[in-house]
Amino acid sequence: MTDTPDTTSIRDAVNQHLARRYRAETRFQLAGLSAVAAAVGILAVLLGSIIAQGLPAFTVHQLVLPVQLNAELVDREGDGSEASLRRGSYSRVLQEAIRAEFPDVSARRDLRNLFGLYTPLNSTRLMDEVLARPELVGTTHTFRMPIADDLDLYLKGRLVEDRTLDTAGALTAQAGEDGVLVQSSEPDFAGLSADITDLVNAEARLLETRAEQARLRSEDLTGTEREDALFEAGRLAADAADMRARAATQDGWLVLNADLPSILVEANGTTLRLTELSSDGRRARAETLLGEAEIDAREDWTLYVVDTPESRRRVSDQAIVWTRALSDRGRISHDFNTYLFANADSREPELAGVKGALYGSILTMLITVALSVPVGVFTALYLEEYAPKNRFTDLIEVNINNLAAVPSIVFGLLGLAVFINAFGLPRSAPLVGGLVLSLMTLPTVIIATRAALKAVPASIRQAALAVGASKTQTVFHHVLPLAAPGILTGSIIGLAQALGETAPLLMIGMVAFIADAPTLGLEGLTQPATVMPVQIFLWSDGAERAFEARTAAAILVLLALMIGFNGLAIYLRRRFERRW
Amino acid sequence: MPDNHPQAQIYDSHSGGERPIKVAARDVCVEYNGKQALNHVSIDIPDRSVTAFIGPSGCGKSTFLRCLNRMNDTIEGARVTGSLKIDGREVNDRAVDPVVLRASVGMVFQKPNPFPKSIYDNVAYGPRIHGLALSKNALDGIVETALRKAGLWEEVSDRLADPGTSLSGGQQQRLVIARAIAINPEVILMDEPCSALDPIATAKIEELIDELRENYCIIIVTHSMQQAARVSQKTAFFHMGNLVEFGPTEDIFTNPRDPRTQDYITGRFG
Ligand SMILES: Nc1ncnc2c1ncn2[C@@H]1O[C@H](COP(=O)(O)OP(=O)(O)OP(=O)(O)O)[C@@H](O)[C@H]1O
Ligand SMILES: [Mg+2]
Repeated sequence: MTDTPDTTSIRDAVNQHLARRYRAETRFQLAGLSAVAAAVGILAVLLGSIIAQGLPAFTVHQLVLPVQLNAELVDREGDGSEASLRRGSYSRVLQEAIRAEFPDVSARRDLRNLFGLYTPLNSTRLMDEVLARPELVGTTHTFRMPIADDLDLYLKGRLVEDRTLDTAGALTAQAGEDGVLVQSSEPDFAGLSADITDLVNAEARLLETRAEQARLRSEDLTGTEREDALFEAGRLAADAADMRARAATQDGWLVLNADLPSILVEANGTTLRLTELSSDGRRARAETLLGEAEIDAREDWTLYVVDTPESRRRVSDQAIVWTRALSDRGRISHDFNTYLFANADSREPELAGVKGALYGSILTMLITVALSVPVGVFTALYLEEYAPKNRFTDLIEVNINNLAAVPSIVFGLLGLAVFINAFGLPRSAPLVGGLVLSLMTLPTVIIATRAALKAVPASIRQAALAVGASKTQTVFHHVLPLAAPGILTGSIIGLAQALGETAPLLMIGMVAFIADAPTLGLEGLTQPATVMPVQIFLWSDGAERAFEARTAAAILVLLALMIGFNGLAIYLRRRFERRW
Repeated sequence: MPDNHPQAQIYDSHSGGERPIKVAARDVCVEYNGKQALNHVSIDIPDRSVTAFIGPSGCGKSTFLRCLNRMNDTIEGARVTGSLKIDGREVNDRAVDPVVLRASVGMVFQKPNPFPKSIYDNVAYGPRIHGLALSKNALDGIVETALRKAGLWEEVSDRLADPGTSLSGGQQQRLVIARAIAINPEVILMDEPCSALDPIATAKIEELIDELRENYCIIIVTHSMQQAARVSQKTAFFHMGNLVEFGPTEDIFTNPRDPRTQDYITGRFG
């Protein structure tokens, strides 16, 4: 080996650049790694939050009540015929069942609240059960129904902040003139009255600060604006003084109201709500929410505090008390939420399910697959393998590429104009949805297929042609099978996009509230339906808080569907690739 | 598919050495998108012998080879004129179906290109699409014969279901030759069949070509003078789209008439 001066200088130059090259490489790798880490992190957060939100919707608390299916209520004609059973008063049956649990409740308003523990729609479910088994008439049937959505959230600990306090003393309660007088042998209420005084004082301080701010603001203003600000300051100061006065006990009694935490005393099937707390920490005044007011020196009792004030939550203290009593009596079971899968949409979140949307999605996707894949693949095959290359085919190619970039809502408009208005196909139908989504998916399938066909090496075509295969034989025996994995991937991407598409379906009326799932069959194609993403869209808009969890649950179902879809694609890919 | 030219055999036995003409080209010109690639080539290629095409890169050897099985039809912008007859039948006629033609003119490419299917299916593909085998047994027989002729049977008889692409480069090239001869062509075109192979595999292929010569008219394009000298009986030298010289291999290598041939085989250009 001879080192001419020339080669040494080249080596030096290379060495000089080497360090810089390594640094650049490390930088690039780090950048790539951090990009991947960021993507994975975001995905994890996204999935985590959706799962955390959605998981509660997969379970439901159900009322398990013995219902008396009296013949005179249920079987009006007395002949046990379907027509007669259909006219039965099942809501009365349910009302009787819940009244049997709380026989003391008699006031009209209280009764209405009591019947609010479940949605009246459950009477239809009871009727369906009786229609399916007419022999139930005249018996006591154990009926399960989902508890009202807000109470379900309460039981899952997602509606209010609450705590149960241990008690030391023996409890005595006596009904007197101004309510029930509650007494404990130890200062069990002392901590609570301190908490509440703090709360009231904090509120008063807040009002005072705001009054002060309003006063300061008024100094920079003139005319009516100044007067307004001063007035505001005065009002706030008065409110604050009120608050202070409330915190200062009246004759040693602190008065509770709906803007403060609710304090419930639970002992031996009785629940009392405290209305006033004595400053000695041992006595309180209360009202009865459940059971007998008389309690005589009981050791085992609890203080249950709902920190969220009654005025700021959707369930009353009374409903909470009833629910807790039912739970104690074993009348509430926590089950897997079958309604989520067995039911279509419903106005009542506890009965709302994804079945309708799921079936709608399946039907829509069937149409989309059946149309877009064959049409797309054959179009691409013709354009790629047979069509002469000229201006006209160039124009077609450009147009196909442009179509892939058209906003999907435009396809919805097209579907509305062509399929519904011109062809007279029914609105909201999976058939039309599938047609529209096919239009949207076609360009993706065509482009993916053409790319896959282009990627098949020319040597394979030559090999086939050289042994005397015709053009069509070459394409179908060799090119198409080799392109199949690519075609599959492209098609699945297109279809997954279609599965998650909402906008074009809004245009053709698939956004309606549809309480019946379409049948999984040919006739289902023209029945009104909605699809999963639209259902998610609808629920996310739902007024009830329980729809929040259901929205997340529906997203999880859609995600599972997508993962299943992609899994199928990967499986098919593998199979095709192994064959070759 | 006609059987292996019985009439040629008779002719051969009467002709004492000089073989009958298999391929006769007259004034064949090819242009790609108006650019002349082959210029009035006229040549008579004898049957049952190996004819080598040599010449510098881009001189039109492959182009001429592709004329013989009309593979130029598949190239956009290619235009072939002139007369090209195989066994007296015009190849460039519109009436001739290229599919039928290619069944009797097999081709082996520079890079082995087995189908990504099993070894068996690779060889069986041609017979299948031409309907040459009436039963599974017959097809098995055809596959075995072709693989034996290609000298590959011993190596692959116990792994016929393996993918053809799992073979080594040299084995793949022999597989591709087996695929070409499975449909019993009359002419076999080989475009640099050994360019990607090591000397041992090359020797095997050359041996194979020598054996195949008994039954087929073989035309081979090669860049190796030694190979041309070893396997061929006749050699044609192409230069810039022209057929410069054509004659018995010995004469071309020992006594070239054209100075361009002289320069090329002595390595002065190309
Ligand atoms: N598909 C094609 N399209 C356009 N021009 C082509 C095509 N194939 C070959 N040519 C041109 O035709 C001429 C002859 O090419 P050809 O492939 O026949 O050369 P060759 O003798 O086989 O060369 P090599 O020894 O390098 O394989 C070249 O100038 C080439 O550029
Ligand atoms: Mg070539």
